[in-house]
Amino acid sequence: MTAEAVLDARGIGKRFPGVVALSEVDLTLPPGEVHALVGENGAGKSTLIKVLTGVYAPDSGELSYRGSPVRFSRPLDAQEAGISTVYQEINLVPLMSVASNLFLGREPRNRFGLLDFRAMNTAAAKLLESYGVHVDVTRPLRTLGAGVRQMVAVARAAASHARVVILDEPTSSLEPREVDTLFEIINRVRAEGAAVLYVSHRLDELYRICDTVTVLRDGRKVHNGPLKELSRLQLVALMLGRDLEQIQREGTTKFDSAPAEALETPVLAARGLTSQHRLHGVDVTVRPGEIVGLGGLLGAGRSETVRAIAGSLPVDSGAVTVAGKPVRSGSVAAAMRAGVVMLPEDRKSDGVLPDLSVRENIVLAALPRLSAGGLVSRRRQDAIVDTFMKRLRIKASSPDQKVGELSGGNQQKVLLARLLCREPKVLLLDEPTRGIDVGAKAEVQALVGELAAEGLGVVLISSEFEEVVEGSDSIVVLREGRVVAELRGADVTEQKLIAALADGGGHG
Amino acid sequence: MTAVTEKTAVVAADKGMTKREWIAGLVQRRGSLVVLALIVIVSTVAFDSFATVDNARNIAMQSSFLAIVALGMTFVIISGGIDLSVGSVYALGGVLAALGIQWGSLTGILLPLVVCGGIGMLNGALVAYGRLAPFIVTLATLLGARGLLLAITDEGSNTRVMPRDALLTQLGQGTLLGVGYPVWIAVVLFAVGAVMLQRTRFGHSVLAIGGSVEAARLMGLPVARRTMWLYTGSGLLAGLAGALAAAYSASGVTIVGVGFELDAIAAVVIGGTLLTGGAGTVGGTLAGVLLLMVIQNVINQIGTLSSHYQSVVSGAFLAAVVAIQAYLSRAHLGRERGT
Amino acid sequence: MAETTVTQPPATRRLRDYGVYAALGILVLYNLAFTENFATLANLNTQLVQVTPILIAALGMALVIGTEGVDLSVGSVMALSAALLPLYLGYGLMPAILVALLGGALCGIFSGTLVAVVGIQPIVATLALLVGGRGLALVLADGRLKDIRNPMLLELGSGSVLGIPIVVLIAACLTLVVGFLVRYTTFGRQLVAVGGNRSASVLAGLPVRRTLIVTYVISGVLAAVAGIVATARLTASDPSAIGQLAELSAITAVVVGGTPLNGGRVRILGTVAGALLMQLISATLIKHNLPSSAALVVQAAIIVVAVLLQRPRLGGGG
Repeated sequence: MTAEAVLDARGIGKRFPGVVALSEVDLTLPPGEVHALVGENGAGKSTLIKVLTGVYAPDSGELSYRGSPVRFSRPLDAQEAGISTVYQEINLVPLMSVASNLFLGREPRNRFGLLDFRAMNTAAAKLLESYGVHVDVTRPLRTLGAGVRQMVAVARAAASHARVVILDEPTSSLEPREVDTLFEIINRVRAEGAAVLYVSHRLDELYRICDTVTVLRDGRKVHNGPLKELSRLQLVALMLGRDLEQIQREGTTKFDSAPAEALETPVLAARGLTSQHRLHGVDVTVRPGEIVGLGGLLGAGRSETVRAIAGSLPVDSGAVTVAGKPVRSGSVAAAMRAGVVMLPEDRKSDGVLPDLSVRENIVLAALPRLSAGGLVSRRRQDAIVDTFMKRLRIKASSPDQKVGELSGGNQQKVLLARLLCREPKVLLLDEPTRGIDVGAKAEVQALVGELAAEGLGVVLISSEFEEVVEGSDSIVVLREGRVVAELRGADVTEQKLIAALADGGGHG
Repeated sequence: MTAVTEKTAVVAADKGMTKREWIAGLVQRRGSLVVLALIVIVSTVAFDSFATVDNARNIAMQSSFLAIVALGMTFVIISGGIDLSVGSVYALGGVLAALGIQWGSLTGILLPLVVCGGIGMLNGALVAYGRLAPFIVTLATLLGARGLLLAITDEGSNTRVMPRDALLTQLGQGTLLGVGYPVWIAVVLFAVGAVMLQRTRFGHSVLAIGGSVEAARLMGLPVARRTMWLYTGSGLLAGLAGALAAAYSASGVTIVGVGFELDAIAAVVIGGTLLTGGAGTVGGTLAGVLLLMVIQNVINQIGTLSSHYQSVVSGAFLAAVVAIQAYLSRAHLGRERGT
Repeated sequence: MAETTVTQPPATRRLRDYGVYAALGILVLYNLAFTENFATLANLNTQLVQVTPILIAALGMALVIGTEGVDLSVGSVMALSAALLPLYLGYGLMPAILVALLGGALCGIFSGTLVAVVGIQPIVATLALLVGGRGLALVLADGRLKDIRNPMLLELGSGSVLGIPIVVLIAACLTLVVGFLVRYTTFGRQLVAVGGNRSASVLAGLPVRRTLIVTYVISGVLAAVAGIVATARLTASDPSAIGQLAELSAITAVVVGGTPLNGGRVRILGTVAGALLMQLISATLIKHNLPSSAALVVQAAIIVVAVLLQRPRLGGGG
């Protein structure tokens, strides 16, 4: 097997300051095979892809390509050798034509050395038509839908006579019909003898197209073998590192939806949230004092759901009411006025202002109510900052310290304090404990419990399932932008959550 | 409300361009040409002295220097950059030509090309390898090149005269078929530039870099090397234009070129090149240059109007073109911007 | 949004933050020691008076750069306000000044709307006004230089209070006001937040558009003040010369003063020091009979050094 592999990675290790991203990972890609690469957030998939494509140099291990050892020092080397990658964020030039995008860098030329557009357009049309994509190849790419653009990206990779094609979440923006077309292309690529590495979280698709699977968890390879031999439940259990038998014993009960207790008015009711390709009619209900967890694998639409509620993701349809009053959709300011605040998933890019002080970061969202005549009241500001720094136990040398200098956990507390300044009714927490140390994590979790006890409605997202299960009163399980199950009361267990993720309550 | 707009934008993108977008696109790409044609027709009717051979020759000669500078600027802007130094480099090129000609015409033309190309290369290296913002790098060389110019002309007080009979001077002043050599040179350069941009891999990669640096890098295009050559070319062309202008006036004038970069940028943008990079044509730039020059000529013909209306008109034109560009890219890329 | 991680070593950061003061200090000491007639009140006043128009324009520029933008139109707005002034002096000084300031504010609304509402890059949005604004100024003034005969305006330009020139007092007051604005007002906080992390500001519910437009309006008004001061100093309204390349000098002062080009920080005192430093460099070179060409080359070098110091080491592409 190894001898004939197109690409063979042995014992790959990669460290970043403070983190071991990959450790002793093996991956073998034989020709004519579609290989699934799966793993949850932080498992090391993207790092591995970057090592294979020459973006990162591995710290240890060996890479051999078509039988001989290689070392790619930049993406161009890997590409010229025949490793093509289609990234999730489509790496094409939107202003250029379809044909140009297909042939950029290796355009056909006439005998004067000039580009031969006629030959290029004909070849491009022929190529796409052979994949069942009918499109005017002279049109700028940006005038086409996401699906067609994704096809062009895949076709570009396939047409460059690549020996290895790496697809990173290729179906995340495709319609079902487009997925079929894509799979036809993949089948052709496979038939031509290339190896395909397929990264996706959509289990249905993995089982449709992939032959073998490698599971990564916490930077290590935990499984490698034919996909058919694994049940979905086994696969999910491997990804999450859970005990399979226990899940089977406890988790295979039916999900009869518990009768919704209509005793109290929900503080938050989201109905039929729909956003193109991402959400398909999601309902979430939160009562005062309740913590509702959102369960789901990466890409299931959890972050999108809270962003839609918070007004930062435009929705096509659906309604949000807070304490019975409707909230205008698509406006963060309107949601905040209604009492809905969100802790964003990406603390660095959407949350902290690293160069500003702790004080300034905390009061940012509450400035208007701390000001009189456009002047920030130092006294009221200090009072509120003092309160929250004590209450959340924010460890900073002083309120004047720059937030960029704090630890991740304290940065997260600063952001929480910023939200709490607004005296919210509903708190949306997207990965509140990601990347923070154990002590701070326990503190944040305890705090969330306290806040709920005071009557706040909380929606919690976490990629750590213990956290969701332990922290939540009920769990809404999402898959591919749809609610597939709701767990309440005694059903809120890790096993049931995992079973729901894998099978989705009679959904296939 | 916003959700609805968002949705229609996505549908429009999926179904191709709407009529409105199509018209806006046409205005952007061909607008300068249409306006140019209209002004020429109206002026021909209105002024007896407009559609004369002499006046056409005059406009062509006036346009040629700006056109050569704008050609280099077109490539730089298409790649997503900007070159503010060309005005100073243009003036420096003229002075260097007048300085170098004392050792012969060949030195007279090579000296500005080497020095100005060098300044362009410095810009390119700082932008491509130093990863500094093009705007601030070329702002620094704008000052630096002006300083160099002052240093070699006794603080601008020394205007060197170029001998009338030198070959280089003849290149500026002589004519072929009744048309001055600088005009011919500009025409040839534009033809070469158009072929380079549209029909070579080099041009194609410039469009790709301007369209999306990240995509270009991932597709394996040599982004840094290309970027450096673009700025080098811009410096070279600005130096050449300066040398030709000096030859035309037979002297290395030190006070020219202030604000010339703005005229060049205006011509490029009016010609339909996206200031954000990724799309544009060399022909559009030529139309933009001619439009600016014809407007200036017409304002002169009217006589009663202040010549300063020219920059008011080009400023207004610039704002309109840029607003149309923003409208277009928002219609198409609305959903990417949304998140 | 580009990563704005501060990954610079502390030494670089200190140099970036305080280098301008150190350079200014060294240059002053050098001049005290080696330049004749440097430490005189007359010379001090001359230096300060010369730098005022640029300094005032640079204050607005610092705010705009703090929002991750740039305002290329300040020079043209100066010319425009200089051109408007004599047209309305007939109605008295105050109305004329108000009209000039209003002109500046309108320019700011124009640029700010293009940036915040239409969504055009700042450099592009303000370019149109840079090109058109001066033309408009020249059209308004009929392309002519107009002597100023209004005694109050002349007094404004050349008079002094307690030995301090009035224009310097104006600049000092404006510096205090803008500094106060940045530090103590809601607007200032929002401005810095918008520049530092636009998406976080949107998510925190800040009025991002309004903040941007107001910032450009302030820049336009300050540029108009700079135009008025320059006119008063010159005792003539000369729209073809006033504010010429002022945008470049203002940007230089701001950048050299340590305000990063990628927004999120506004250093008013640093901007003042940056403007003074650039002024003192050319003055020193002139005093030592070095040509002004040398001053330009030195300025260019200082700009490059300043942006090199600002560059984050692991930046995601210039």
